[in-house]
Amino acid sequence: MRQNSKAFNRHGIITLKNVGKINPESIEDFIAHDGYIAFEKALFDMNEDEVIDEVKDSGLRGRGGAGFPTGLKWSFTAPLKVKDKFIICNADEGEPGTCKDRLIMEGDPHKLIEGILIAGYAVRANKGYIYIRGEYYLSIERLGKAIKDAYKHGYLGQKILETNFSFDLEIKVGGGAYVCGEETSLIESLEGKRGLPRFKPPFPGIAGLWQKPSVVNNVETLCNIPDIISKGGEWFRSFGTKKSTGTKIFMILGNVKNPGIIELPQGVTLRELIYEHGGGMEDDKELKCTLVGGAAGCFVGPDLLDIPMTIESLSEHGAALGSGSILVLKEGTNLIALMKNLMHFFKHESCGQCTPCRYGTEKLYRLICKISDDIARNKPDVNDLNEMLETAKMMQKTSLCALGQSPLMPLESAMKYCVIDEFKKRVIK
Amino acid sequence: MHITINGKVYDAKPEQMVIEVARENGIYIPSLCYHPKIGKAGKCRVCVVEVEGIGGLQTSCTTQVSEGMKVVTNSENILEAQRMVVNLMLANGRHDCIKCEQNGDCELQDAAYYLGIENPPYQFGIIEPQIDDSAEMIQVDRSKCIECGRCVAACNNTVVNEVLEFGNRGFDTKIIFDNDLLMGESSCVQCGECVQICPVGALIDKRAIGKGRTWELDKVETVCPYCGVGCKLELHIDRKTDEIVRITGVEDSPTNEGMLCVKGRYGFDFVKSDERLTTPLIKENGKLREASWDEAITLVASKFNGIKKKFGSDAIAGLASAKVTNEENFVFQKLIRREVGTNNIDHCARL
Ligand SMILES: Cc1cc2nc3c(=O)[nH]c(=O)nc-3n(C[C@H](O)[C@H](O)[C@H](O)COP(=O)(O)O)c2cc1C
Ligand code: SF4
Ligand code: SF4
Ligand code: SF4
Ligand code: SF4
Repeated sequence: MRQNSKAFNRHGIITLKNVGKINPESIEDFIAHDGYIAFEKALFDMNEDEVIDEVKDSGLRGRGGAGFPTGLKWSFTAPLKVKDKFIICNADEGEPGTCKDRLIMEGDPHKLIEGILIAGYAVRANKGYIYIRGEYYLSIERLGKAIKDAYKHGYLGQKILETNFSFDLEIKVGGGAYVCGEETSLIESLEGKRGLPRFKPPFPGIAGLWQKPSVVNNVETLCNIPDIISKGGEWFRSFGTKKSTGTKIFMILGNVKNPGIIELPQGVTLRELIYEHGGGMEDDKELKCTLVGGAAGCFVGPDLLDIPMTIESLSEHGAALGSGSILVLKEGTNLIALMKNLMHFFKHESCGQCTPCRYGTEKLYRLICKISDDIARNKPDVNDLNEMLETAKMMQKTSLCALGQSPLMPLESAMKYCVIDEFKKRVIK
Repeated sequence: MHITINGKVYDAKPEQMVIEVARENGIYIPSLCYHPKIGKAGKCRVCVVEVEGIGGLQTSCTTQVSEGMKVVTNSENILEAQRMVVNLMLANGRHDCIKCEQNGDCELQDAAYYLGIENPPYQFGIIEPQIDDSAEMIQVDRSKCIECGRCVAACNNTVVNEVLEFGNRGFDTKIIFDNDLLMGESSCVQCGECVQICPVGALIDKRAIGKGRTWELDKVETVCPYCGVGCKLELHIDRKTDEIVRITGVEDSPTNEGMLCVKGRYGFDFVKSDERLTTPLIKENGKLREASWDEAITLVASKFNGIKKKFGSDAIAGLASAKVTNEENFVFQKLIRREVGTNNIDHCARL
């Protein structure tokens, strides 16, 4: 990942503002760059509800994939009068092609801690957990040091900055299962059990970790909070579109000249992302299509080059933004092979708890293998393709969690936009 | 409160799930993981219904009723989804009902019948039997297991023996005993709760194999003869030979809620054993001979009277058994206190 490649020499705006600029292992450096002033403002100058109102006013929506309004999420948990409440930071980052949270945790760990603290203060929580995927060694190390330093400086622990607010924060290391990024299986895993999603309701905000109210937020989401508090919701809304406020981190990957990670105001188009920020197509080839949002994402073709890459405008076209990763594919890419890879991913990551996904992901994989491997022997036909679609549709309707509901999106969009010809070439003789 | 199912209004209690109200009123919703004893599970995804005002399909075992809720259980959209889920289960198992012990008492078969499934259109290849018959009383056949999780929930939460778990993930998910040991080598106590709760023929009573299917067996309710808990049993009896083929616990019995211990469930050999005493025996000159009840009781009474006369009432003590009922214990202490005339009465549960 070339965060500092030519097209990316501009620093971030909010979430990536400090990354690459400050020393991530120095709390003093963070404080020298206005660190923890937002938390102090919340703690000393605002009451809990004012903090939530500010976040609501900012229009911030979750950056973990589902895009749920953050202020609203907090407002379910805040009024509950329960002794223990938790803030859980989802740093599992399992979506293929997604590595924005890692960049923040490695480059600006205190920003995350500050975001968590403000969230904890707002919903009156007393404990926070950061659930990090086990492969993120450097993130674990740097966050671990940052937490220790924050305790030393009195930002964490009992009676923080001599107020009545007490908050503890701990890192929990995950085992690398994609499904553990789903908030309820993450909670199960935190409780020391197999990472199997729970059925909702109840939602974690009401009954989460140990059945206590728990706010689960993504790393990027939480890292927007300090600036929202110190500069205001209105300032935040000055970036982005009406419905998708603020900025978003995009990961531009694949066949572009300058792949990398960049934070941009929401509303940029795919064309801008590829040809401006990504430096254009590799070897100046034609664009075939992109895969937006990772495996659980959606293929977006050249016909949508000029629509804003926001949740609302993508959803008008049956697509989704997901985590913000954009895999750019040039003409000539074997999409069936890519599809096989995706289907293998789902099959591999299915927790196996519910029937449609446990068997369905395997069935999808076997069918795509039939289409992609040894055609002479397998003799795939259109029925195989239809069977895949029907199976994925049934999975979308009946699966317990979003993992089993996901394969339909890449499959259907692939057919709609781009690979129908390839499939046809293979399956219709 | 009231809810509407398929256009008709039914009474419901606020804490009930949709599937419970449906069942109470004789409306069949195919379901495989839900069981009243283990509560909502939401895993098999077969019991989906449509609820007005909520998009998509909802699992009726996890959807709590609310006043005026309108539920549909039989639209083509629902049946199609249910059919696909059940088909997937059939596609990944060896469901050769003809030779299956569970035939006729199988919830997967019921679901397939209701949905009009003959053969699954798609098959994950030929699936061989995966039998573990290492245990004394229970046979496991994982090729019939649909990973519904009922046995796991029952073993951990109902009988709290904590033997069963799921191993692996995704398509490779399977039930395991302890850390994936053979059942016979695991810490399983053969209580048979998992057999009773399994909706299919994946866990079966080994000794009943080949001794008749459910429609050939008469069901007789009785109380377990072993201990004073008084678990309610259902004997499954072969009509022709009048022999007990297997025993299950009665689910709605307040004493045992369907649970049994290994003795109550599997220890019924004695019923037809050659060594079983069927008449009293009296020992004369070192040899036992058969006697009538009247003769035996008269003899015992006269001996006790003899002791009482010679040594006094306190030379006799009564020790009651935990295997008998409270009423029998009451009668026994009357016998010792009033007829024998001593307070030397105790009970083995105090030892
Ligand atoms: C299979 C699956 C994997 C997920 N993985 C992640 C993840 O790695 N990181 C993340 O933040 N959210 C992930 N999510 C979304 C979370 O369930 C949850 O919506 C999110 O953490 C909420 O945070 P937000 O509101 O700040 O976006 C995943 C969801 C599913 C269904
Ligand atoms: S949809 Fe897949 S990952 Fe989600 S609960 Fe079901 S089996 Fe597990
Ligand atoms: S478990 Fe049920 S469906 Fe499977 S073979 Fe036995 S009776 Fe048939
Ligand atoms: S027989 Fe009893 S102890 Fe053994 S696995 Fe089944 S439920 Fe658990
Ligand atoms: S053995 Fe029976 S109860 Fe246990 S998971 Fe398999 S089908 Fe369900």
